[in-house]
Amino acid sequence: METVKELLVILIASSLVNNVVLSQFLGLCPFLGVSRKTNTATGMGVAVIFVITLASAVAGAIYKYLLVPLDITYLQTIVFILVIAALVQFVEMFLKKYIPALYQSLGVYLPLITTNCAVLGVALTNVQKEYGILAGIVNGFATAVGFTISITILAGIREKMAYNDIPESFKGMPIVLVTAGLMAIAFCGFSGLL
Amino acid sequence: MNSAKERLVNGILKENPTFVLMLGMCPTLAVTTSAINGLGMGLTTMVVLALSNVFISLLRNIIPDKVRIPAFIVIIASFVTVVELLLQGFIPFLYDALGIYIPLIVVNCIILGRAEAYAYKNPVIPSLFDGIGMGLGFSAALTCIGAVRELLGAGEIFGIHVMPDSFVPVSIFIMAPGAFFVLALLTAIQNKVKIVGEKKGKDMSKIQSGCGFDCMNCDDAGCAHKMYDDSAKGTKTEIKEDENNGNG
Repeated sequence: METVKELLVILIASSLVNNVVLSQFLGLCPFLGVSRKTNTATGMGVAVIFVITLASAVAGAIYKYLLVPLDITYLQTIVFILVIAALVQFVEMFLKKYIPALYQSLGVYLPLITTNCAVLGVALTNVQKEYGILAGIVNGFATAVGFTISITILAGIREKMAYNDIPESFKGMPIVLVTAGLMAIAFCGFSGLL
Repeated sequence: MNSAKERLVNGILKENPTFVLMLGMCPTLAVTTSAINGLGMGLTTMVVLALSNVFISLLRNIIPDKVRIPAFIVIIASFVTVVELLLQGFIPFLYDALGIYIPLIVVNCIILGRAEAYAYKNPVIPSLFDGIGMGLGFSAALTCIGAVRELLGAGEIFGIHVMPDSFVPVSIFIMAPGAFFVLALLTAIQNKVKIVGEKKGKDMSKIQSGCGFDCMNCDDAGCAHKMYDDSAKGTKTEIKEDENNGNG
């Protein structure tokens, strides 16, 4: 029972309270780069959920069964980044071959995810907070859900904002950053949740 | 010597990675809660950048073109690990303050961007100074942003109280939302400079804020994501060729 409770706390903490984009600034590039339309933003979000969950499982297993027994945990950064890059390539090839329908909808996002610092960030956080493999997977999933929530909301706001009259020098990135800042204030409200 | 000086000026002013090229935004926002943190992050990044530039430049004739991105990543990740261990051993307060953002220097697009755009094509000495110049530019930018946030958010600069006692700190500036607002203001100023410059007929194409961060329709060769895209395309066609050979 205790573990279920712990996992629930991780789920809420990582998806809402410590939102990956709005309070930790990870995965900022796709957050700003792929948030022009709601449907592409959601697509990106789903792809990120898929990759981060898988990556935290694989990274957690490699850390526990390979790096710790061999006493080479100081190599974690190098190992994780290579594992993630290889994993993304592998997922892409697998989807292309066996689930073409899913590849059609997610394929374009996958190369963008390799550079997403959220993936590496989650793998490193899992090690730092000494999560087990299951807790690590839950943490990864929750972080990615938090990413999806915030990118979808931002895309929705940006779609509406296209019709607004914005000062010349605030057009483009600045106004999106102001929006993100206001969203970050709103997400600060979750901090009393736990 | 002339080219070394030119590279330094280029990195600090002409192509400042933060203010002009808008690269490496994640650490820019995350660690600039105070000027000293910004400076520490900037200098750490500079060391990694200079070392990886030198190493990649040395190996530029050995690394095959098709696996260059993974090779760059391994080199960068190795230097990041070295620097991380050194920080942990000798400057523990900075190690604690920067935390997870030290290993995340690996995915900082400035480093990969310089490796691809400069070090892979140029001799060792200019690459070294390119790394130092870009690193100094990055440090200067982070220190400035950190100082502004610290001044508004806590009334201090480098931990020294400078604002009058009647000043009430706007603590939101050292929290997460403040980072977004400061960066928004920064990009707005940059946009303004660009608009004014274009009206005067100057060439402002180097300033990147016009990119609008639209990755799905981006064809800018200088962007780190684009490089990944290209390398992925490369492997894709390669795989296709392999499959064809198998069938034939």
